[in-house]
Amino acid sequence: MIIAKEITKRYGKMLALDTVSFTINAGESIALWGANGAGKTTAIRCLLGIHGFEGTLTVSGINVRKHGKAARALIGYVPQELSFFEMSVAETLVFYARLKKVDTQTIDSALKTVDLFDHRTKSVNALSGGMKQRLALAIALLADPPILLLDEPTASLDTAAQRDFIRMIRNLNAEGKTIVFSSHHFEEVAALANGVLLLNDGKLVNTFTPQDLAAELGLRQWLRVMVGTEDKSEACRVLENEGYHFVPNGKAIYVNIGARQKMDVLRLFSDVQISVTDFDVTDSHAVPENGGLS
Amino acid sequence: MDFANVWTIAQKEVRDALRNRWFVLFTIAFAVLALALSLLSQPSGTQLRLASYGRTAAGLINLVLLFVPLIALTLGASGLASDRETGALAYLLAQPVNHSEVLFGKYIGMATALLSSLALGFGIAGIALIQQGTTANALGYLVTVGLACLLALSMLSVGFLIAVLVHKTSTALTSSLFAWLFLVFIGDLGIMGAAIITQMPIATIFWIATLNPLQMFKMAAILNIQANLEVLGPAGLYATETYGTALMPMLLLGLLLWVIVPLALAQFTFSTRSFITAKRSLA
Repeated sequence: MIIAKEITKRYGKMLALDTVSFTINAGESIALWGANGAGKTTAIRCLLGIHGFEGTLTVSGINVRKHGKAARALIGYVPQELSFFEMSVAETLVFYARLKKVDTQTIDSALKTVDLFDHRTKSVNALSGGMKQRLALAIALLADPPILLLDEPTASLDTAAQRDFIRMIRNLNAEGKTIVFSSHHFEEVAALANGVLLLNDGKLVNTFTPQDLAAELGLRQWLRVMVGTEDKSEACRVLENEGYHFVPNGKAIYVNIGARQKMDVLRLFSDVQISVTDFDVTDSHAVPENGGLS
Repeated sequence: MDFANVWTIAQKEVRDALRNRWFVLFTIAFAVLALALSLLSQPSGTQLRLASYGRTAAGLINLVLLFVPLIALTLGASGLASDRETGALAYLLAQPVNHSEVLFGKYIGMATALLSSLALGFGIAGIALIQQGTTANALGYLVTVGLACLLALSMLSVGFLIAVLVHKTSTALTSSLFAWLFLVFIGDLGIMGAAIITQMPIATIFWIATLNPLQMFKMAAILNIQANLEVLGPAGLYATETYGTALMPMLLLGLLLWVIVPLALAQFTFSTRSFITAKRSLA
């Protein structure tokens, strides 16, 4: 669906992207991972064809450099910095719907989808960061494009809004949309991506699964293991003997693990005949304080 | 080019102009001053109704020379530059539109607002003249209005060119104010000074003056009122005697070129230059 071959982008003497090549298949959810200045936003803007660049970039077979407008018709874009023109929410959607050749009668349903219908008469500048993000998503989805490009989609959102937004994007990916997003938050990558392109100083350094990335970054997770009440004290003793950091909490035991260590714990319990009734993994790095994981 | 997109963007620009306090203030000030000029330039008693038109037009020419370049330059320069600075332009360009549609949409929208503002001012002044019984040479009055519109469009084009050449709204505004000062005052005085010091030939003075769209407007507008440029001194006399009836078409063509060339340069620069800065882009 998206094929990039040796994309190079310079700003004067500064090399922002250096011969970056990758392929993204339809239905995938790919994260562009890297620190500030790694070239994530530049890569996204090249995908949109709003930057001149060297190399070849095709979106569904359309050459982005030659036919940027046609390529952009296949892409819904949610920027990092949300800057709208001074209009009401409904006027904003009508404006972009007309540019995307979408029937303006559909904007009410678009507003309802992102839960902004009650705010349609408000000025866009009166919206909170989360609402603006949802408005940008509504605009991106107006023409039902097969690809969504998201630039640091949850950077300015609070935790609850982040969770809602990620859920929405997950559902869209499940419906078959190809998702490409930039991030430097592992939680976001773990929740959304099934592939990671690691950028550093404008170069594509490696490609990972989110699990590999976690291992690469040395990130740790909490494994929630449910065991029978009669086995709980024995399970804690085994974990202590093996040197695991763990927190018993209600019916569960939270075990602090590195990436790709889930099975080690489950095998350990299996070896000492402790039956695990359920388990789950959270990407949160904080010590769980209650028994439930969101 | 998709003209539906151009029109959509133009409509938004008209709405933006109506919300722009400075633009509304300009419209009101221009209308009030045009009305005042048309009332104050009436001769006492009933004699010489024809002369009153000439006086009103002469007053309006000076008003246009001072006001119209100022608002057109600043409107053109700040509109595009501020959209770039806020990031709204990058977001617009990320939609299925191309650079030309965005630039021409913005230009047509701003031009529509600007010309409507001029039409309001000239319209009010015209109605005041008609109510006082001055209906002679209505066509001449309309030509003055047309020339003012051409000047406004040329200054808007220059404003757009400034906007695509600089990176910040503040720089765009400062540059447009400097361009206004140069065209209105410094250019005029500079030509006069240079002419005195270098003993410049009359023909050279005339051609240098035609490089300034404001001078071209002034010459065309005066020619429209009184059929010669005697009032402008030796250079005016030279132009009238040398070019005769070809002078007005020459000046109109010159003004038209001042509309087209800066806008074409702005369009070329806008389409080929990375309009999104590295600082904004890198993340």
